[in-house]
Amino acid sequence: MTSQLFLQYLFAGITYGIIYAIVAIGFNIIYNTTGIINFAQGEFVMLGGMIAISLHAILPLPLAIGLAVISTMLIGALIEILFIRWLRSPSVLRMIIITIGLSILIREAALHIWGENVRSLPYFNGNEISSIQLLGANISPQVLWVIGICSIMVMLLSLFFKFTSLGQEMRACAANRLAATLCGISTKNMVTFSFMLSAGIGALAGCVVSPITYTQYDSGTALAIKGFTVAVLGGLGNSLAAVLAGILLGVIESFSISVVPLAFQDAISIGILLIILFVRPHGLFGSREAAGLKEF
Amino acid sequence: MLKIKNLEAGYGKLRVLKRISMHVNSGEIVTIIGANGAGKTTLLYTIAGIIRAGAGEISLLGKAINQISAEKIVAAGCSLVPEGRQVFATMSVRENLVLGGYVRYKKNKINIGQELQYIYDIFPVLQERENQLAGTLSGGEQQMLAMGRALMAGPKLLMLDEPSTGLAPLIVKNIFQIIQRIRAAGNTVLLIEQNAKAALAIADRGYVLETGKFILQGPAEDLLVNKDVQRAYLGREVEA
Repeated sequence: MTSQLFLQYLFAGITYGIIYAIVAIGFNIIYNTTGIINFAQGEFVMLGGMIAISLHAILPLPLAIGLAVISTMLIGALIEILFIRWLRSPSVLRMIIITIGLSILIREAALHIWGENVRSLPYFNGNEISSIQLLGANISPQVLWVIGICSIMVMLLSLFFKFTSLGQEMRACAANRLAATLCGISTKNMVTFSFMLSAGIGALAGCVVSPITYTQYDSGTALAIKGFTVAVLGGLGNSLAAVLAGILLGVIESFSISVVPLAFQDAISIGILLIILFVRPHGLFGSREAAGLKEF
Repeated sequence: MLKIKNLEAGYGKLRVLKRISMHVNSGEIVTIIGANGAGKTTLLYTIAGIIRAGAGEISLLGKAINQISAEKIVAAGCSLVPEGRQVFATMSVRENLVLGGYVRYKKNKINIGQELQYIYDIFPVLQERENQLAGTLSGGEQQMLAMGRALMAGPKLLMLDEPSTGLAPLIVKNIFQIIQRIRAAGNTVLLIEQNAKAALAIADRGYVLETGKFILQGPAEDLLVNKDVQRAYLGREVEA
């Protein structure tokens, strides 16, 4: 393999890896405050892309993306308020089944609204064939947008959790729900915020990747599986580990193309998921003790 | 301060508290002693709103609180330091304390720095550990942190659930001195303890809880010399 080809694979891997990481972070945020995996996370990514594409017909691109993110956040909040909030001490299994049902519901609704057509947002700069030279590899400017926006998002998120009072309250809720209640924090509101936040993150990711991966009513499902793999690979609830695990999975996938046919790409990530679940269910970076204390 | 009338509570069909009544006057230290499984923790959880009362009334400062949510009860001025400390292990000591003051700075801006200094005056060790993760503290320090965090909410009534569990005798002594100091600063304290001797020594009044009912109540010094209490809770054999 030439060094140029190597770099080409590496950049592709990192790009996809970061997208997976963003989806995984969405999983983690909700997991941390509720202890459940929200299987509708991929649908938030799809909704963000779809809404932005529809709005872009009448609005400039940045505004369309902004509005798409906000409306997806509202949808996330609405879902939580309608389907999760009123449950009285629901079991983990019941909540998970609710989110699976929601993901099917959203997908079917999207099919009715947008049809089966594959759509995409335009490239933020240039078009499909414009590329920039980096260390001898040709990469699309959109790749830089994905890496840039997602990195900024991860940084802003960690600042949010570290320095804002809402972020602190959400962390408190994740660390110890009983103690958070006893501090006067409304844990129910924190769950709503966590749905909003992860819906917003998913939607933004859905917008920046749309030009590369295209958006279809069911494109969320595949991303959700990858994102879930990454979340488990890194250790559930750990967002920094999710970034590393995401890049790892992305790079493995992209280099696998040089060895096995493209069609096996998904099989590889699901294979990794299975191996991790069997061998190291607390993830690569998670600690065994912490995993032992978790409900799920 | 706190009035409880004919309170019933439990888990599902299991009735743990059987129509109990009690009160705590302003400025008092009241202790509830009892064996494991008597319902002490259930009582505190019911007052704090973590468990819903099945029947009966709880009022705080003349206001009924048995129908309002746990987080609003904190805002109403009643904080619980739960058994087993329950600190936010993955957050720093300072972050833990600031979160404790949450209910107050939501309502009207209080000076967090000033409040923190007040807590650090009571628990100097917390200032030394300010930036350490709460999970790395020793048991006694975690207990102090949990108490400091509850005090940050500016409670009128502070409820402590077994603060001495698993701590060295010297630290227990220190914790009980601090409880007296907290009372001297104007707080009312409701203390639950298995260490009946230490609890009765600092309390004004006490209740003895057995299988969900108060079997004895009265001034702490009377309970200390009561033969039944001595036999059952102070581990002292009394000659008949």
